[in-house]
Amino acid sequence: MIAVPESVAKGGPSAEPHTQVGAPILRITALRKSYGTHEVLRGIDLDVMRGEVLAIIGKSGSGKSTLLRCINGLEVFQHGSLIVDGKHLLYDNPKAMRDLRQGVGMIFQNFNLFPHLSVGRNVMLAPHLVKKRPGAENDARARQLLARVGLAEKFDAMPDKLSGGQQQRVAIARALAMDPAIMLCDEITSALDPELVGEVLRVVESLADEGMTLLMVTHEMSFARKVADRVIFMHQGLVHEIGPPAELFGAPRTPELRQFLSSLHD
Amino acid sequence: MPLQLDFMSILVQWPLLLRGAAWTIALTAIATLLGGMLGIVCAWARAGGPRALRWLVGGYVEIIRNTPFIVQLFFIFFGLPELGIRLSPMTASILAMTVNLGAYATEILRAGIEATPRGQIEAAESLALTKAQVFTRVVLPPALKKVWPALVSQIVIVMLGSAVCGQISTEELSYATNLIQSRNFRAFETYIVGTLSYLGLAILVRNLLYWAGPRFLFGR
Amino acid sequence: MPEFTLWDIVRNLLLAARWTVALSFIAFLGGTVFGLLLLLMRLSGRRVLERLVGIYVQLFQGTPLLMQLFLLYFGLAVMGVNTSAWLAACVALTLYASAYLTEIWRGAVAAIPRGQWEASASLALSFGQQFRHIILPQALRIAVAPTVGFLVQVVKGTALASVIGFVELTKAGGMIANVTYEPMLTYACVAAMYFVLCFPISLYARALERKLA
Repeated sequence: MIAVPESVAKGGPSAEPHTQVGAPILRITALRKSYGTHEVLRGIDLDVMRGEVLAIIGKSGSGKSTLLRCINGLEVFQHGSLIVDGKHLLYDNPKAMRDLRQGVGMIFQNFNLFPHLSVGRNVMLAPHLVKKRPGAENDARARQLLARVGLAEKFDAMPDKLSGGQQQRVAIARALAMDPAIMLCDEITSALDPELVGEVLRVVESLADEGMTLLMVTHEMSFARKVADRVIFMHQGLVHEIGPPAELFGAPRTPELRQFLSSLHD
Repeated sequence: MPLQLDFMSILVQWPLLLRGAAWTIALTAIATLLGGMLGIVCAWARAGGPRALRWLVGGYVEIIRNTPFIVQLFFIFFGLPELGIRLSPMTASILAMTVNLGAYATEILRAGIEATPRGQIEAAESLALTKAQVFTRVVLPPALKKVWPALVSQIVIVMLGSAVCGQISTEELSYATNLIQSRNFRAFETYIVGTLSYLGLAILVRNLLYWAGPRFLFGR
Repeated sequence: MPEFTLWDIVRNLLLAARWTVALSFIAFLGGTVFGLLLLLMRLSGRRVLERLVGIYVQLFQGTPLLMQLFLLYFGLAVMGVNTSAWLAACVALTLYASAYLTEIWRGAVAAIPRGQWEASASLALSFGQQFRHIILPQALRIAVAPTVGFLVQVVKGTALASVIGFVELTKAGGMIANVTYEPMLTYACVAAMYFVLCFPISLYARALERKLA
């Protein structure tokens, strides 16, 4: 069980959705991806509105991580289209790819901090190289973001001196420094010791509260239930069920989801 | 001027090439056998021998590894006669290759031996095996298995290095190549054929040793 | 017949050793530049380029350096280049070094976890920026010890230039042995000089390996 302050906890059918009217910030249409002859994603259609929080659940091998990694082009898909913030994902155009990625932050299961750079340099590198953010501003912004994830005093520390939970919070600050419109979280607590999960989830939750569009692949069902506006259950490369958390967790419609949920309680 | 290459005049000399290749293989095989044994003995001495012996082996390994093979060969072939040790080109080549491979094999094997878990040695000793038995039966086979790829690479390197032996008239592959080009005046083409022959031999020897190692030396 | 003192031998060898050092330096420097180029080709993601570099490395690691020297020496002549032993040795050793160095560095780059590429890509860094700022600094750390170690191979490799007539340490040794009739002493001195050149480098490489492990 994760300790989360009662004040920020919300959820249930009565919770107000973050969703705003307007064009979706992410539109995925008929997306298909295969490794050789094995089809991992078999036609995904999904619209995500600005400010929406989506939790993606499912068994390993259901394609949930692959879907997430397609959104910023880490995986190449063969069919379908993907539009982020009005920008088409085009693999063969490095410039367009970088433009798109500027709007999509990603946090990884294994943090992937750059071990040769200090915490502060980890956060400042991409804004410096890609956004050409001036030094003083970049520095101030990085300190502000690190303070926000509760690591203000670690600015000059090297990543390997931090705990897993701290490293993951630095990774969040690093992604935020690029001012992304969408944040992708790929099982970001799976590599953490249980007692460190809470500190990371609290940061993610605060992002959700501030209106960040979030897509997270997660095994933390109670967290998904509390924070997500919609939950996606993926099964065999397809969106098997989608809906508000109360609906999916409370009244699963398909036997596959029922079986998946009951397997978690074993 | 168009580049005119003529390979026929080389390929008609195939018996010479084949003979050279056979000698290169033979030299390598003998050096591998002797150098391998030398390496095993030295690795054992370095791991568990008396202090003086360890220093001696250490010196041997460092001297060989930090001087060129060609100088080692010339020292043996041109230098040793001063001491009354007159060697044929073939014998000098084998000696130089053996001494050279032995030094590298010592280092490679030592790494494998040091990786043996202490518990295995203790287990063997507690079963009343002699020191020599512990080394040959318990320590060596897994060590050999672990370092086999490195050892095979080194054997191939020694074989390629043996091209220098032609310089003291050992009739191996590079000597044959040189002989052919002096007859047909087609140096460039001849050396292409000679070089590619070495490439073929290198691939052959590597695969052969990868195949043979697990079957004859350390079990699967 | 004139008498030669040990100092005569050593002095002449030392003079020739300068060429061994110069040749080593050029080959290592040229090999570094060319090897880096090959490395980028290999990482480019283009199948054809990767294949070509793979074959190049196989070719140079699977054939004797001596034959490469002969091939270059006679090959340059066939191509109409006014060749000399010095030029052929420089080119051959550079190519030889580049093949080994690129392979060492490829291994170092491959040892960097994929997540580092992915994290930097997801931060919108270009391929060049990913390589320059994320991969290279980490790979360098891994590669520095074997790279320094390879320098020993280059120094020893220059000895083969003597065979095509380039007068460096080994060739000078042969010439001196012929006039002094003291081949054992001469070649012992030659070996000692190579040892003095190479052993510190070996020690340094080993120290680096221990420090950066």
